Amino acid sequence: MTQTTMRPTLTSVLTPHARIDLFRQMLRIRRIEEEIARRYAEQQMRCPVHLSVGQEAAAVGACCVLRATDQIVSTHRCHGHYLAKGGSLNAMIAELHGRVTGCCSGRGGSMHLFDAAAGVLASVPIVGGNVPLAVGAALAAKQRRTNDVAVAFFGDGALEEGVVHESANLAATHGLPMVFFLENNRYSVYTPLDQRQPARPIVAFADAHGMPARSVDGNDVLSVREAMIHAVARARRGDGPSLVVAETYRFLEHCGPADDDALGYRPAGELARWQARCPITSFEAYLRELGELEDAIIEAFKTTIAAEIKLAFADALAAPVPAPETAQEGVYA
Amino acid sequence: MPELARALEPRIISAAEAIREATVAAMERDERVFVMGEGATDPKGIFGTTSGLRERFGAHRVLEMPIAENGWTGMAIGAALCGQRPILIHQRVEFSLLAMEQLVNNAAKIHYVSGGRHRAPLVIRLIVGRGWGQGPAHSQSLEALFAHVPGLKVVMPSSAADAKGLLLAAVADDSPVVFIEHRWMHYASGHVDPEPRAVALDGPKRVREGDRATVVATSYMTLEALQAAEALAAAGCAVDLFDLRVLRPLDVGAITASVRKTGRLITVDTGHATYGIGAEVCARVTSAAFEDLRAAPVRIGLPEHPTPSARSLAEGYYPRSPQIAVAVGRAAGVSATVLEEVCAGLARERDAMPLDIPHPSFKGPF
Repeated sequence: MTQTTMRPTLTSVLTPHARIDLFRQMLRIRRIEEEIARRYAEQQMRCPVHLSVGQEAAAVGACCVLRATDQIVSTHRCHGHYLAKGGSLNAMIAELHGRVTGCCSGRGGSMHLFDAAAGVLASVPIVGGNVPLAVGAALAAKQRRTNDVAVAFFGDGALEEGVVHESANLAATHGLPMVFFLENNRYSVYTPLDQRQPARPIVAFADAHGMPARSVDGNDVLSVREAMIHAVARARRGDGPSLVVAETYRFLEHCGPADDDALGYRPAGELARWQARCPITSFEAYLRELGELEDAIIEAFKTTIAAEIKLAFADALAAPVPAPETAQEGVYA
Repeated sequence: MPELARALEPRIISAAEAIREATVAAMERDERVFVMGEGATDPKGIFGTTSGLRERFGAHRVLEMPIAENGWTGMAIGAALCGQRPILIHQRVEFSLLAMEQLVNNAAKIHYVSGGRHRAPLVIRLIVGRGWGQGPAHSQSLEALFAHVPGLKVVMPSSAADAKGLLLAAVADDSPVVFIEHRWMHYASGHVDPEPRAVALDGPKRVREGDRATVVATSYMTLEALQAAEALAAAGCAVDLFDLRVLRPLDVGAITASVRKTGRLITVDTGHATYGIGAEVCARVTSAAFEDLRAAPVRIGLPEHPTPSARSLAEGYYPRSPQIAVAVGRAAGVSATVLEEVCAGLARERDAMPLDIPHPSFKGPF
């Protein structure tokens, strides 16, 4: 069975400091996206935004086991992955504002975030289109013997794309060092999973490609981290790719800053049930129970993060916009 | 001195062999270069163009691919972003249509969208089929689709020497290059420099000189146009013939200068005339040299229907040298009687050859 092919080991011991840092990282992503949502109506960020509020544990749990030279590829909903992997906040906020100081020099907007120094290889807005790029990063790592791994973030919708199955087949056939990281947030825009896929465990996808897989509570950062430790270790050993499925939920609308529960596409009470399982508040409660987290620490985090965000927005707004005549530059390398 | 004599002797090989030579040279020169494709390691080695590469360079540099074109094109892009230099091969252009998503959305844009930080140095070799009843989905010449997209470079060689030199330049280029090989061009033989010297991707090459008209052709149609041009020259009507070679970025400077001299422009496409390469060339040259044109530009290309398989239906589908000679001769004011003789001569030559194979030595299938 798929679920039992990855054995749990005792490699996942965390210090209290490291645990608190996972909390801080999730809180930071949440605060950044909340600020984007709050200021979106000012119309300074004139590009679509796909916020990952509610899905922070997946991003942080997955990226916390990676090193800077490991490569990730992300999707239209890339803010959390980018930040969790260490992507520059200032370059991201500037990109959302269409400034030359943006990570894409203002040419990509929020769906193309990348940061070469942090190992965020690319983000791609076409569903599933990012996944083979990670296969290629894994191929390059194998050819160049770097011992790096690649992680493809994708959602439940991408599983309907042929290219994701092609990528899994390629990675498995060539034994490439990568992890397929699937965030199942249950909706493709407004269309629920049961209208798009047959009733079967989504994790069974891996069986068809001869990959080990594990399905975890994607709102529990420690579970995500644990699954990733095994998957990444397997890839680094040269034993090939794995699948990790993180079961999670998007709190806000597909695209844009708002709550969209009033649209009625989510069953009544579903959003509230998931909000009660918020990855940040539940982890906070757990850490408080352990006696590792208290108000003073949280307040200090909030203060630091707020200052960082304020600076990023101020820098972005102060930065020049790209000169119109540069639009035709850089088509060819 | 026998060595010198040998060195001066032409070294005649086919374009297919020249492509293999270029690949070997590129792989020897740069260990980041690798080859991937469906059938890259099979006994026939993609019409001989990859034969022996795996034995020479190892399985990690000559990758057999599953039937998953979009997937492995994306994989190649990802590897290229991480510093590798893949050469992708599709035995038929039509299979690459499954990879258009990755080519158009990712390969063509990632340098631009990253503000110049990313490079995707890929070469995508696409082979265009023709003849032997290959039918509508194994014989399309779809270069215009690729040439429409900023960020892709599109190259079509027509000679063995250019096949080698342009492929070397394509592999050395830091942008994605779509390298389109007409299957019949594979049989074009000629002198090829044994040294790995790149031929710059910088535009058309004049293959024949004259002042009565300007003819622009792509790939295999350059060979048909050359026959027509030679027959016309023998009848006293010498024309400028350009092998376009680089379809994107398109440089029509030399063509425009020629049209200023000749006043007449005829384009010969390997693909459909409508929205084709010739249409773009005509539009650009007309805009730039309208006052020097003495006749309306003429486009020759494939008709407005798919390629049928049966020989009887395919008759007349592909423009051939007599048709080109007629179009060029009429534009240049060659008299009907002379033109009739020219065409009769070309037709005699052509009729001696079967219409559905590149050369009488060919025994099929493709």
